[in-house]
Amino acid sequence: MQEASSLPRADLTSYTGGMKILVIEDDREAADYLEKALNEVGHTVHVARDGESGFVLADNGEYDVLVVDRMLPKRDGLSLIAGLRSRGNETPALILSALGQVDDRVTGLRAGGDDYLTKPYAFTELLARVEVLKRRSGSKDVEMIYRVGDLELDRLSHVVKRAGQEVTLQPREFRLLEYLMRHAGQVVTRTMLLENVWDYHFDPQTNVIDVHVSRLRGKIEKGFETPVLHTVRGAGYMLKAG
Amino acid sequence: MFARLGATMRTTAARLSALYLLLFAACAILLVFYMTSLSGRMLVGQIQNTIDDEMNGLGRAYQRGGLNALVRVIDQRSRQPGANLYLITDPSGRILAGNVESLQPGVLDQAGWTASPFGYQRYGEDGRNARLGDEPTAATDASGAMHLATALVLRLPNDMIVMVGRDLGEPERFRQVVQRALIVTLGIMSLGALLIWFFVGRAALRRIDRISDASQRIMGGDLSGRLPVEGTGDEFDRLSENLNQMLTKIATLNEGLKQVSDNIAHDLKTPLTRLRNRAEAALNLPPDPNEYRAMIERTIAESDHLIRTFNAILMISRLEAGQSTEVITTVDLATIAADVAELYEPAAEEVGVELHLDIAQGATVNGNRELIGQALSNIVDNAIKYSAGAGSGATKVVVGLTVANAEARLWVRDSGPGIPEEQRERATERFVRLEQSRSQPGSGLGLSLARAVMAFHKGRLDLSDANPGLLVSMVFPAGEGAR
Repeated sequence: MQEASSLPRADLTSYTGGMKILVIEDDREAADYLEKALNEVGHTVHVARDGESGFVLADNGEYDVLVVDRMLPKRDGLSLIAGLRSRGNETPALILSALGQVDDRVTGLRAGGDDYLTKPYAFTELLARVEVLKRRSGSKDVEMIYRVGDLELDRLSHVVKRAGQEVTLQPREFRLLEYLMRHAGQVVTRTMLLENVWDYHFDPQTNVIDVHVSRLRGKIEKGFETPVLHTVRGAGYMLKAG
Repeated sequence: MFARLGATMRTTAARLSALYLLLFAACAILLVFYMTSLSGRMLVGQIQNTIDDEMNGLGRAYQRGGLNALVRVIDQRSRQPGANLYLITDPSGRILAGNVESLQPGVLDQAGWTASPFGYQRYGEDGRNARLGDEPTAATDASGAMHLATALVLRLPNDMIVMVGRDLGEPERFRQVVQRALIVTLGIMSLGALLIWFFVGRAALRRIDRISDASQRIMGGDLSGRLPVEGTGDEFDRLSENLNQMLTKIATLNEGLKQVSDNIAHDLKTPLTRLRNRAEAALNLPPDPNEYRAMIERTIAESDHLIRTFNAILMISRLEAGQSTEVITTVDLATIAADVAELYEPAAEEVGVELHLDIAQGATVNGNRELIGQALSNIVDNAIKYSAGAGSGATKVVVGLTVANAEARLWVRDSGPGIPEEQRERATERFVRLEQSRSQPGSGLGLSLARAVMAFHKGRLDLSDANPGLLVSMVFPAGEGAR
């Protein structure tokens, strides 16, 4: 019972906070909820209620991440993002939409969006994606070796070592660990894993992803003292030293 | 009647016949004018030739016998009946011989051909033969009837004047006849056009009326109604046939839409009711934060389930309605099978089911990787669920790909209880969960989604007996999967 009682708010202490986020959403209640919830984990949030003022704010302000509703009054979300991109503004943008077909997602990403989340969504899912987006604009892509504590992954030779000891992984397990390590210190949800490691965008209804993660965990933690692959209650997983 | 006539006048047929009538009449008038002026010119040319010949004859007489002979010949010829005119005067203008009594003034002043027809009066006729003199153009001289004529005037060296002419009555009469014929013809034509206009227009109007009536009935709500087709194969029939096809298409779409909304209403009301009941029950609980918390958690879980169900219904409906715009590319079925098997293998192992892959031969189809992947996941998920429940010895699920008879079959064989043959058709229907599966978790949409995905790919979903267990096959027409 004690375990279950912490479920709905998830383990929000796992999140980093401290980002400057612009939420462009016309639904007052949804916007207020996002503002409050993002504030609670330590982010600074500005809200715009239509596409035009959102565009002006996004273009002038130095935001870390934009959260953009796809259907907005005055100017729709996709045109807003495309407009920003054409002005050289590369602020990472998460598109929120009620349209959830594969081609809707494709159009959204083609317009310059960096991630796409279908409404209704769980706040933990949104939060995880927003935090990952910020890091994406960093320079993780050029690093050839990822290190988290005594865990080491060589992206070129595909060799994984824990405390200098080689760990043998299946190709998919390697990709799973690579994704987790790229976003070390950040919460990664099950859908994010299915999207990024398997390249499928449907909802993993059963525990398929969890089983993959626990297999991986077995390989990188078995025989070692400290856990590195943590389960974040109500949200997903996080790779973190200690 | 007049209103009806007014309506007739407004029809396209009437407007077209009026236009044709106008154009035709204009052409006819032009043609007649051209013909009359051409034949008029020919007649005048002939007359001038005759006059030239006469003048030459007179000239020969003059050469042979001098002035006297000339006067004599002119006098002689003047007495002969005919249309020719002769006149010879002395230098003072006195008439020496001829059959012309008076002339329009000024005709003799200039030598050569007279520029235009002129009026004259024959010697010894003043009004007696007035019938021919009715031409108003010739009635310049008030004293009596004048005839129209053309003439050649010759001035002799001694200032005597010789004139030979010819009456123009004949070409004039010809022109009159042609004009009258023209007027009569135009009259008959107009009358005919009016009649055709009236009857054709009315016939067209009647058919359009019938089409209008039928469309009004259809608009009034009778969507099964169709426009009349008379079997003549003309423009009206083709129009009606096309509109009828459109109506059929609309009716199909409409039916699909109705079914979708019915299904959504039915499929969502049940879990919504459950959700509401749970919230209501929570209100009746003793006020304990932990109890509330647990209740809210269950409510969120229920909502998530509802959202998933809703997404699945939406997806199935869009696929079934053929309104999906998903991207079609060339997809490799073997890769999808391997991916899905790999995705589910650990989960299967977890519940004691062995998941195998059996791919003899690769196959590519035109389709959507995401949709096929999701459909196959649903089938594999089901297979694992029911095989795990079977619990007798080695339970196995095999994901395979076979190509035969121009078909690619992506299949999943489980070692579960299977589905009795008579229930297989129902198993793929929306929300049907067969009796023996009630105890298993699931929305009941997995197979219906797979079936919708296969319909989208112009293929089919086959359920058959694997002895024991169930064999579910996604059958693609090889080479080209979807539109």
